[in-house]
Amino acid sequence: MTRNIHPVLIALTVLVFIFLVGPLIIVLGAALSDTSYLTFPPQGLSLRWFGNIFEIEAFRRTIVTSLEIAFLSTGIALLVGVPAAYALNRYRIQLPGWLSTLFILPVLVPELVLGFSLLKNVATQFHAPIFISLVLGHSLLVLPYVVRVISASLAAFDFSIEEAAISLGSPRLKTFFTILLPNVRSGVIAAFILAFITSINDVSISIFLTGPGISTLPIQILAHMEQFFDPTVASVSVLLMGLTVAVMAAVERTLGLTFFAK
Amino acid sequence: MKRFAGWTLSTPATLLVLVFLILPVLATIVTTFATTAGPFAPYLSFFGSGFRRTVLWRTIQISLATTAISVVIGFLTAYVVSRSPGWLKSILIIAAVFPLLTGVVVRSFAWLIILGKNGILNSALLSTGLINEPLSMLYTQGAVITAMVYLFVPLMVLTLVGVLEAIPDDLLQASASLGAKPTATFMQVILPLAVPGLIVGAVLVFTGSFTAYATPQLLGGEAQMVMGTLMYQQAMVTFDWVSASTIAAIMVVITIAIVLLMTRVARRLNPMAV
Repeated sequence: MTRNIHPVLIALTVLVFIFLVGPLIIVLGAALSDTSYLTFPPQGLSLRWFGNIFEIEAFRRTIVTSLEIAFLSTGIALLVGVPAAYALNRYRIQLPGWLSTLFILPVLVPELVLGFSLLKNVATQFHAPIFISLVLGHSLLVLPYVVRVISASLAAFDFSIEEAAISLGSPRLKTFFTILLPNVRSGVIAAFILAFITSINDVSISIFLTGPGISTLPIQILAHMEQFFDPTVASVSVLLMGLTVAVMAAVERTLGLTFFAK
Repeated sequence: MKRFAGWTLSTPATLLVLVFLILPVLATIVTTFATTAGPFAPYLSFFGSGFRRTVLWRTIQISLATTAISVVIGFLTAYVVSRSPGWLKSILIIAAVFPLLTGVVVRSFAWLIILGKNGILNSALLSTGLINEPLSMLYTQGAVITAMVYLFVPLMVLTLVGVLEAIPDDLLQASASLGAKPTATFMQVILPLAVPGLIVGAVLVFTGSFTAYATPQLLGGEAQMVMGTLMYQQAMVTFDWVSASTIAAIMVVITIAIVLLMTRVARRLNPMAV
């Protein structure tokens, strides 16, 4: 294999990675600044802007709401997505091809359109509570990730093991929990983590489904930025980046990070 | 029993998508054809308004520019990443995944700090004496495109690393042993094999930029209104839901048309297909 790459290409790659990582380092620096305005490099190091996040009631409330929505929507997506992914792999021949397309449809429909349609035709028309609409919107948002990741780990599962258990008299449901699920455990964990972070970061669906008394963290960040330009937003951003690091560590342990380059 | 097991297990997910995605979105689109003013009135008024045509055209320009820049940068970077030794490759993949998993608000906010009037870029340029007064870089098309490229390059790199790694080494060795120079191998073997992946990546970037909200809102504001921010403004500020639905319908049609068309093109151009 040829390893000699043109130096111009290497220089370009270095620049691209500075471009990718640099802005996030700048955010980290701005969050640590002791000044009351955003600046980089930080002037005087301080963690007080991190404390400030929890002093603002709207941030405390939306962090909790965002976590609740992420857990509930990921739970729903796993509850309906795992059986669907199982069916798609186990009964591939009996099921029509469009069924797998159906489950990735939420990727094709613009998120803004889904958010607006949920507001207009579910929340407003049927008086569904905003919180429920948000959870439903996020469940749809993360369903494609769940189905895709679980399908990928089911593709490596030998269904004859399951057949063997059943033919030896194990009930179907028990087989599912004792044979199948442990075998795709890493897939389920990775699906959970990816769905969770996708939900936490969502703007386009949530922007339509927030109102008096209910908002999510990214929407609150946007609202805060319109009024104040202090390092609080930078420190919330750093908290979210911390979450990203945790997610990456978890994915690395379950699927390996090369999962992303597939 | 076995015949229906597949259907039974996929029913909950099917219902979720049908009841809370397909039906609400269809209802949004249908209402634009059922106004009292006549079936196509909202579309006539959309395309009759010079301002809205400008917004649509600006969105297309921004999305095309973002796609073109991301494809070129992404492909060249992915090529270097895929040829890197193992340890370096892992580090580079981590460096690309990290921004990808960091939210769009955080990533757009970073550019707000960089490009602002008292931002880092202006301070740097002022201190070097290249400029005498701060440049207004925010709320320009360039700011939106820069932040969008930033948003989508990691996606492009990761998609293409996968594609490039899938190219069998035998092909490259064959090309080299038949006397092709590295540039010739790149242009005549690697590039054609990567075309389907390039198209898939380009579609992701184009549809993503075309329907973006947070980035154009933060870095473009009112001055650079695009389809997404216009739709939000119509729905939540002026409460003109027919107009918002019309924009939604145009976004859905353009997105799905491009996805269907380009996946078909990608399939046709795939040299590995039998």
